[in-house]
Amino acid sequence: MTKKNLLILFIVLLPLQAFGMHIMEGYLPAQWSVIWSIVFIPFLFLGVKSVRQQLSQAPERRMILAMVVAFAFVLSSLKLPSVTGSSSHATGMGFGTALVGPMAMSVVGCIVLLFQVFLLAHGGITTLGANAFAMACVGPIITFVVFKALQKSKCSLRIALFTAAVIGNLATYVVTSIQLALAHPDSISGFQGAFIKFIGIFGVTQVPVAIVEGLLTVIVINVLVQNDFIKESAIFSLSTIKGFGKNKLAHENK
Amino acid sequence: MKTNKNLKKQNYILLLVVLIIPVVALWMGGDSEFGGADTMAADAIDNAKEAYTPWFESVWAPPGGETESLLFALQAAIGTGVLAYFIGYIRGKKVASDAK
Repeated sequence: MTKKNLLILFIVLLPLQAFGMHIMEGYLPAQWSVIWSIVFIPFLFLGVKSVRQQLSQAPERRMILAMVVAFAFVLSSLKLPSVTGSSSHATGMGFGTALVGPMAMSVVGCIVLLFQVFLLAHGGITTLGANAFAMACVGPIITFVVFKALQKSKCSLRIALFTAAVIGNLATYVVTSIQLALAHPDSISGFQGAFIKFIGIFGVTQVPVAIVEGLLTVIVINVLVQNDFIKESAIFSLSTIKGFGKNKLAHENK
Repeated sequence: MKTNKNLKKQNYILLLVVLIIPVVALWMGGDSEFGGADTMAADAIDNAKEAYTPWFESVWAPPGGETESLLFALQAAIGTGVLAYFIGYIRGKKVASDAK
């Protein structure tokens, strides 16, 4: 049964052709490239620290990190058609946040973005700071906050996980739109007008994609729970940020 | 906590929805010009601000559409390979520990 489950999962994860969804190379003026890079650097630093901490506490975390990067790779290559007639891809950041915490995601996001920049000409070096801040900082942090808030309101775990992943994905593109609007304010309506224009382009396209991302996140987490790899209580647990508590992973107890 | 059987059922339903959404989106979107939303945003900038020209070119761009899809397929393949290995690994562990 699980075998069949996995088979279906991988058929779904088959690649679709894609361009993508980040700020394109050269489209941020130099001063904004510098500003967003400076904003992103502290997060990258915290991310590296978090990853190191998790690995030193339990070297088996290497596998989880590899899986989180792999999930982000697959999802960001899934270019889904959307209602606007254009297409966009998911980020896979919500899943990673659930397993390794929002801080470590800055490192994961960076890896994925660099791959896309150098091999696919998607995104860019000059826009890396801005894109990384939107996708690998704001997205995961919003995901984390939304999940915690829903969990407190006694929402069912999977609904909370789904909603958190969807909102985290959307938040990424809200930030992208803000970044573009700041750099390219409309000549008449200024920042606000430009923001509405960009959110119109990214936002609407992104909604169905975000929902798909939320669903895939729940599916893969389900597979992990099914195979006793992770306990439901370990998802987004606060100890995730400091590194998982040793007892959180079922396979480590055996 | 949900039982494994419920989880399995839930996953089938979720997978179905995942398949339906892009199909419906395509249907609603009419002709699917796979331009990519970032290209649309770039066009919007180009149109709105005649003064703005991108000041930095991509260091390297795939020489053509076919190579680009190759690289995207490669990206997905690497990701799927790692995920599949990992899930197979934990599944094997579970089977082994269940047999004990």
